[in-house]
Amino acid sequence: MSKEAQKEKSMILQKEMVSSLFNDLAHAKELGKKVCYTFIPGNLSELIQTFDMLPVYPEINALQSAMRKKSSAYIKEAERHAHSEDVCTYVKCDVGMMMKGNIGPTGQKIPEPDVLLLSYTGCFTFLKWFETLKREYPNAKVIMVHTPYQENGEITSEMTEYMVKQFKEVVIPEMEKVTGIKFDESKLKRHLTLAAEAEDWITKIFDSTKHKPSPIDAYFAGVYYIGPINIGFRGTQKAVDYYKELYKEIQERIDKGLGPITPEGEMKEEKYRLVVEGPPNWTHFREFWKIFYDMGAVIVASSYTKVGGVYDLGWRHDPERPLEALAEYCMNCYTNMNIPQRIDLLKKCIVDYDADGYVTNSIKSCNSFSAGQLGMMREIEDSLEVPVGFIESDLVDPRYFSYSNIKNRLESYFQMLEQRKKMEAVPV
Amino acid sequence: MKKYYLGIDLGSTTSKAVIINENDEIIGRGITNTRANYKVAADIAKDEAIYDARFTLLTNKLKEEIESKPEFKKYMEDIRSIFQYRQFKRRMDSLEKKLKETVDNYNYENKGEIAVALNKIIETIRPQIRDEFVDENLGSKNQFFRDIVSQRYNAEVEKTNKTLFEPLMLAFDKSITPVENKMVQFNFKELVDESMKLLEDKYKGLVGEPEDGKKEDWYYAELNAVKNNYKNVETSLKEHIDSIAEENIHIANMVGTGYGRALLPFPEDCIKSEILCHAFGAHAVFPDTRTVLDIGGQDTKAIQVDSHGLVTSFHMNDRCAAGCGRYLGYIADEFGISLNELGPEAMKAEKETTICSTCTVFAGAEVKELLHNGEKRPNILAGLHKAIVQRAMSLIARSGGVRNEFTFTGGVSRNQAVLKYVKQMVTDSYGDVTMNIHSDSIFMGALGGAMFARRNIEVVLPSKKKRPVLKHA
Repeated sequence: MSKEAQKEKSMILQKEMVSSLFNDLAHAKELGKKVCYTFIPGNLSELIQTFDMLPVYPEINALQSAMRKKSSAYIKEAERHAHSEDVCTYVKCDVGMMMKGNIGPTGQKIPEPDVLLLSYTGCFTFLKWFETLKREYPNAKVIMVHTPYQENGEITSEMTEYMVKQFKEVVIPEMEKVTGIKFDESKLKRHLTLAAEAEDWITKIFDSTKHKPSPIDAYFAGVYYIGPINIGFRGTQKAVDYYKELYKEIQERIDKGLGPITPEGEMKEEKYRLVVEGPPNWTHFREFWKIFYDMGAVIVASSYTKVGGVYDLGWRHDPERPLEALAEYCMNCYTNMNIPQRIDLLKKCIVDYDADGYVTNSIKSCNSFSAGQLGMMREIEDSLEVPVGFIESDLVDPRYFSYSNIKNRLESYFQMLEQRKKMEAVPV
Repeated sequence: MKKYYLGIDLGSTTSKAVIINENDEIIGRGITNTRANYKVAADIAKDEAIYDARFTLLTNKLKEEIESKPEFKKYMEDIRSIFQYRQFKRRMDSLEKKLKETVDNYNYENKGEIAVALNKIIETIRPQIRDEFVDENLGSKNQFFRDIVSQRYNAEVEKTNKTLFEPLMLAFDKSITPVENKMVQFNFKELVDESMKLLEDKYKGLVGEPEDGKKEDWYYAELNAVKNNYKNVETSLKEHIDSIAEENIHIANMVGTGYGRALLPFPEDCIKSEILCHAFGAHAVFPDTRTVLDIGGQDTKAIQVDSHGLVTSFHMNDRCAAGCGRYLGYIADEFGISLNELGPEAMKAEKETTICSTCTVFAGAEVKELLHNGEKRPNILAGLHKAIVQRAMSLIARSGGVRNEFTFTGGVSRNQAVLKYVKQMVTDSYGDVTMNIHSDSIFMGALGGAMFARRNIEVVLPSKKKRPVLKHA
């Protein structure tokens, strides 16, 4: 098989997975499956699977709408219904999509929720988002778990117990009621085993950026790679197969000394290696990416690809402690870590992947990410003496993406890196 | 052959050019207003910098004389102003022609009346401007062709019959743009010769010191010296003028920067970000600079530099006009005064009126409301100036605060009121730090560009060790 064909295999797999999920969703009633709306950070994918439910991720729908250039109309629709200009644009995009018939990325209708499962409360907007959805879908059951923030940079046994208690007393009984299925711990354990396996593979994949040139872009391509593990397949054999295949393809690139693939083909020369903090802009994703690859900049690590779980430091879903594992997972997502923990994680990325610079994309819509970003940047700049850059855009509202301003800042930033590189090249 | 290096900073409001020699010394500066045709703006700034460079070379050759004899000093000042007048005159001639053409093509019923009024205006302002150049050193005031003419033209239009107001203003608007966008070639030697003739007339006609002399004594001392000795100056000057006029100001390399940089006809590696250039320029002038604040026409930048003048981080405000030069321009329009008058007017304030609006446009409405409520103009202006500086301060804080010496650059740093609040607020927040403001601060970006050009972009820099290795658990 040619290299090109192999390269496509993981993409084909992913496409099949996504379309089968949306197909199942469109036929949820016929399939007799209940539908659970939930969010990526702290998603209880394996528990949802244990109860044979189908997951819907509103923020994924929102970013998909943005990439298909539909978010602007959805946001306007939501604003017409009195959602203020300052409301998170993921929310407005989702609400607007719902108002316009709730047609998902595959063109099929997304069913109404049976359950609104809020398993991560670190983002206050999530609470309000589901309050809004509850008004629209009065028959949906709201299940809310309170996730303690890692205020002191650790997960204590009390915190885990507190969450496990909520699972036992609220989440599991409510899910049993909605689905009519009795909780089967051994089934959950099987899913957790598969989850841990996928987590091992994705860790290896994102660790491949250690190579020079880096075989992947851990941000712009990374957002595709995290698809299966984040949107409901973590805990399934399908996810394991996908990541095995992807890893194989990446390994081939490493063997051949190839750089990452961009929409305009393979990146020829890796000039700068960067770590990026913050979500990408989705409305101008391609343009945004192009500014980087045109300059020979590859992203070797990003915090955004860790929103659905931080696996770098060795944590895995442990099937032997099923509910404790779920609890730890929820508390361990990137935005639930305190600022010093995030700084340490990012510093580790910069050092491990030998990055030349650190760039923050500050998102107007997202407080979970934006809070503390400047301080983190200062701390990283001071302790590692790494050149830092700061740009601003938004998730899915095209009105907040100014191409020329972003390009101007990034151009200046790359010239700054260039100077720095030249200085470092001079022998002591 | 001596090598020179050119930096061009194509800003949103003004275009600047700087020529340096091989020792990074500025030998020529040129500035003009940025217009629709960026290339013309850049070329005009460049030509001006080259003329300026020739005068610098001339001045250097006559250094001894200028230092020891007042007539040389005075003569050199005067000739520069007159030289500018000769350039001005060429443009004015073509503007006059264009104005008359425009009115000729009018379909107004009172076309004849308009033409008469136009002629009268031209005949009034032409000698007026000439006198200001020749006798009052208008050339040294850094005003652009458009500003000089429009100020006087508008004043004269005000005096005419109200029915003529619109067609006359329209004629100006229609004529100034094509004239501004047309490149005029000058011959340095020709212009200098013309200027010397004009100066001769001026000095010949000079009478003695008036009884009620309001000027300082040194002014008359210089004038008298030049009146009696200008022939000597002319002779010495003539010796050098030919060689200077013919000297090839060989631009060995150039770098373009500023918002319009992508439109400059330069090779890609000769285009540099204005952030890097401003920092490099400011650092060259003040080597201990670690923080640079640049307030330009359309954005504000807070830049941190290292000991080599290289940028380590920067923060920009490019979302909102309320914090940059354009805000002041808008406010000046609201008050119906010129940009240059804003600072001095604000300095007269007894207190600063609080301006709540963070938006340029809404601040305009707030200003009207305040005036209506009887608030004094200087106080409002002081409040507005303070508001701009407050926004700049938040940008500085975001970029990491003031570290060691602080240098303030950009067009807005010429405004005394802004300067006052910057000094005040930087001291309040960061204690007693050295603050640098240079008379050339508007040229810092172009200077940085020229310096990069001299280094042939391939910056040869002292070694810097790789960042410390981090140990993590």
